[in-house]
Amino acid sequence: MNKLVTWGNELYTGKRSYPFTSKHRLWFAIAGALVILSILIPVVKGGFNLGIDFRGGSEFTVSGVQNTDIKIGEEAVTSVASGSEATVTNIAQNTMRVQTERLSDDETLEIARALADGYQVQAKEVTSNFIGPTWGQDVSRQALVGLVAFVVLVGLLMAVYFRTWKMSLAAIVGLFVVIIVTAGIYSISGFEITPSAIIGFLTILSYSLYDTVVVFDKVRENTKDFTKQSRRSFEQLVNLAVNQTLVRSINTSVVAVLPVASILFIGSYMLGAGTLKDLSLALFVGIIISALSTLFVQAPLYQWLRRNDADVAEHTKSIAQA
Amino acid sequence: MSSIRPVKQARKALLWLLIVFIIATGVLVAGAATGKTAWGPKLALDLEGGTEMILAPRVQGNQTINQEQLDQAVEIIRQRVDGSGVSESEITTQSGRNVVVSMPGTPDQATRDLIQASAAMEFRPVLVSGAYEATPKDKRTAKAELPNPKDEPKNASDTSWVTADLYKQFEAYDCKTELAKGSGEDADPKKPMISCDTGTQAKYILGPQEIPGDQISDAYAQLARGSNGSVTGEWVVVIEFNQQGTKTFADTTQRLVALQGAQNQFAIVLDGETISAPTTNAVISDGRPQISGGFTQETSQALAEQLKYGALPISFDIQSERQVSATLGADQLKAGLIAGVIGLVLVFIYSLFQYRALGLVTIASLLVSGILTYLALVLLGWGMNYRLSLAGVAGLIVAIGLIADSFIVYFERVRDELRDGRPLASAVDIGWGRAKRTILASKAVNLLAAVVLYIVAVGNVRGFAFTLGLTALIDLVVVYGLTHPTLVLLARTRFFADGHRLSGLDPSLLGVEPLYKGAGQIRRFGENAEANRGKKNAKASGEAAKRMTIAERRRAEALQSSQPGKQESKAQEENNE
Repeated sequence: MNKLVTWGNELYTGKRSYPFTSKHRLWFAIAGALVILSILIPVVKGGFNLGIDFRGGSEFTVSGVQNTDIKIGEEAVTSVASGSEATVTNIAQNTMRVQTERLSDDETLEIARALADGYQVQAKEVTSNFIGPTWGQDVSRQALVGLVAFVVLVGLLMAVYFRTWKMSLAAIVGLFVVIIVTAGIYSISGFEITPSAIIGFLTILSYSLYDTVVVFDKVRENTKDFTKQSRRSFEQLVNLAVNQTLVRSINTSVVAVLPVASILFIGSYMLGAGTLKDLSLALFVGIIISALSTLFVQAPLYQWLRRNDADVAEHTKSIAQA
Repeated sequence: MSSIRPVKQARKALLWLLIVFIIATGVLVAGAATGKTAWGPKLALDLEGGTEMILAPRVQGNQTINQEQLDQAVEIIRQRVDGSGVSESEITTQSGRNVVVSMPGTPDQATRDLIQASAAMEFRPVLVSGAYEATPKDKRTAKAELPNPKDEPKNASDTSWVTADLYKQFEAYDCKTELAKGSGEDADPKKPMISCDTGTQAKYILGPQEIPGDQISDAYAQLARGSNGSVTGEWVVVIEFNQQGTKTFADTTQRLVALQGAQNQFAIVLDGETISAPTTNAVISDGRPQISGGFTQETSQALAEQLKYGALPISFDIQSERQVSATLGADQLKAGLIAGVIGLVLVFIYSLFQYRALGLVTIASLLVSGILTYLALVLLGWGMNYRLSLAGVAGLIVAIGLIADSFIVYFERVRDELRDGRPLASAVDIGWGRAKRTILASKAVNLLAAVVLYIVAVGNVRGFAFTLGLTALIDLVVVYGLTHPTLVLLARTRFFADGHRLSGLDPSLLGVEPLYKGAGQIRRFGENAEANRGKKNAKASGEAAKRMTIAERRRAEALQSSQPGKQESKAQEENNE
C-alpha cells in the first residue's frame, strides 16, 4: 500500500506524470490501428459467429447427462426429423447442447422426448428453445435503436453538464473505439454472438461513458479558469487531471472487473454456453478497453479538439513565451 | 462551530436510511407473515423453469398495430390460456410490439394452437337454441323426427341448414366439456356451426357468417336515451359498422325482424364462442345497432372492448419459444449466486487492501446496498410482479463494481483534499462536495443507459436494464444515507483524525505536511502541489511557517512534540525527494 499510495501522491502533485496528452499522436495511431484491425478481422474470418438466435432454429439443452456421447443426440434428432442436421456439443459437465435447423412445433417436442430417452434422463431435464428466423434481427434492431437513442441523449446530457460539446464529442468518439475494439476481440475469441452478448455491448456503452464522466469531471475542475493561472498550459492541466484520477481509474477498473471475471469463470466452468458467459466476456473485455480508452483516447482527444480554441491557443502561447 | 452542522446532518441522514430500511423490512415481514408474498424475489422463467413464448402479432393487410389493440390481444390470449386450465401464466407486452407468454411447465399442442390462432369475430344468425348441457340420451329426438331438409338453403337464416347429423351432434354437444377441451378451431364461415354462450348458458346452431368482424368500425358502451332524449340509466352497447357492414346488417335485420323465436336472434361469435346473442327488434339501416338488456357499466364496456377487437383480427407468429427445465433454472440461479458471492468477496479484499479501515466502510455500504436491493426486488415482485431473471442477476453482479466505484471516487477525493493539507474533517466535507457532483453525473449516465435499454429492449435485456437502473438508484441512497454520514462521523474519531496507519487516510502516507495547515486557513487547490515540488520545498515551507500566526505556530509546535515519530517519517520523505 505504501508504494501505491506514494505513487498516487506523486501523480497528484504532478511529480510523476504519464504523457497521456502530449503523446496523443502515438495513442491515436494505436487506437486507429486497433479499430481497423477489429473491423478487418471479422471480415477476413467471414463475419461473426452468429448464435442460433440470429440464424433461427431449435436448440435443446439436456442436463444431468451421464453418458455424454454425441452420437446419441444425433440419432435422437434423425429419428424424428430424418435429414436434418444436428450439431451436438458437450458444453459443460453433464450438459449436452443440441442445435438443429428450424423444426415444427411437433418435431421440437418429439425430439425433446427422444433426447430424454436417449440420454436416459427425465423429460423435465430437457430444455428446448425454438427461435424464429426474425428474432435475432429483432433484437439487433432494437439494440441499434437503443444505441442511437442513448448516444444522442447522453451526448446532450454531457454537453449540458460540462457546458462544452467538445467533451461530448470526445467521449462519444472514444465510445465507438471501445465498442468496435471490444466487438473485434469478441470475434477473435470465436464466441457466438447471442442476445446476451448484445446486452453486454450495450452495457459497455454505459460503463465507458460512466468512466469518462468521472475523469472529465476532474478535467473540468482543473481547467476551470485556466486562463487565470500561468503555471501550466491547458494541455498540461488536462494531463494532470488524468494523472490525478489514475489511481481511481485503476481501482474502479479492478473493482468492476473482479465480479465480471467471476461470472465469466463460473459461467464457463459451471454452465458452459449461455447468458452469463457471453455477457461477461463482452463486459470483461469492454471494461478494460473502456478504462484504457478514457485515458488514452477520450482525454487526449478533448485536449486536441480544444487546442485551436482562441483562449487555449493564446494561453498556450503566453506560457511558451514565459 | 462549522463541524457541528455536518455531524448533525450525518446523524439525520443515517436516521433516514434506518427509517427507510425499517419500513421496507416491516412491509416485507407483514407481507410474508400474512402469506401475501414470499420471502424471496419472484423468479423469472429461466431461473424457475417453464415455457416462454415471444409472439409477434400479425395483422391482415398492411395495417400497423397500436398499443390499445395489442393490449386487447393480450386480453384475448389471457382468456384463452386461462380457459385452457393453465394456471399462473403471465402475459405481457414488450416494447409495444411483442406479446410474451410465460407459463410453468410445458403447454400441450392444443394450448399452443390456441395461443397462436387469430381471434375471429363474426356475426351469424341463430337457427336453433338449446340447453347448455347435452340432452340426456333418453330424451334425444328419435331418428324419424330429426330434421331432414330437402331444399338448398336460400339464406343464412334458412332452417334447411340444419341437417339430421348436425342436429344429432347439437343434442349430444355438452358446452362444459367441449369448452374445457379448448376447441377454438376456426369454423368455416360458409357453413353452419354449433356455438356456446357462457354468459347466458345456452348453445346454438348458427347459420353461415353474415358479417365478418372486420366490418365493425367502432364499438362503445353508453347510457341509453329514451324516446324523449332523457337518459334512462340503462347501459347499452353501440356498434358502428362500416359502409359494407351497414348495408349487410340492414338486409340481415330486415330478414330477422320478421322471424320468430330463436331465429329472431343473431349471434356475435368470437373464437367460436358466442359472446352475445341479442334479439332483433327493428330493421337497422344506419349501421348503428344498439344492444341492450341487463348490462351493467362493466359488462357493457367489456362487450364493447371485445367487439372493437373484432374489428382487427390479429394472429400471432412465434418469434421464439423456450422451455427451460427446472433443473437448468436452478443450476443457473446457483451459478449466478456463486459468481455474485465470489465477486463480492474479491471486491471486499481489494477494498481492504487499498483502503484499510476505510475499506470496512465500503464493505458495510455494499452489504447495505445488497440488503436494500434484495428488499426492493421482493417488494417489486409483490407490488409490480417483477421477476428476477438470469440477465437480472448478471446486472446485479455488474452493479457491485459500479456501486463500489462511488465509494472509490469519494475516498479518492477525500485523499486529494488531505494531500492539499486539510485536516480530515474538512477534507471529508470538501471532498464530498466535489465527489457528489461527479457521482451524480456518472449515475445519471448509468440511469439514462438503463432507462433507454429498458424502453427499447426485447427479451431478457429488460431484466438486465431493470436491475442496473435499480442499483444505480440504491447506490445514490446508500452513498448519501450511509457512506458519507459514516465518513463524517468517523472523521471525528481519533483513529481516523489522527491518521492511524491502518485508517487508509494516514496523512503522512498521503504526503501531507500537517504543519503547514493552520486552523481555518483554507488553502487554494493546487497550492500544495507547488509547495511539494522538488527543491522549492524547503523554501516554501519556510515561507509557510512565516505566514503562520503565533497561535498557529504554537499549535504546530505542540503537535510536533506530541508526534515525534511522524516528524521523522516526514523528514525522511523530504530527504528522499
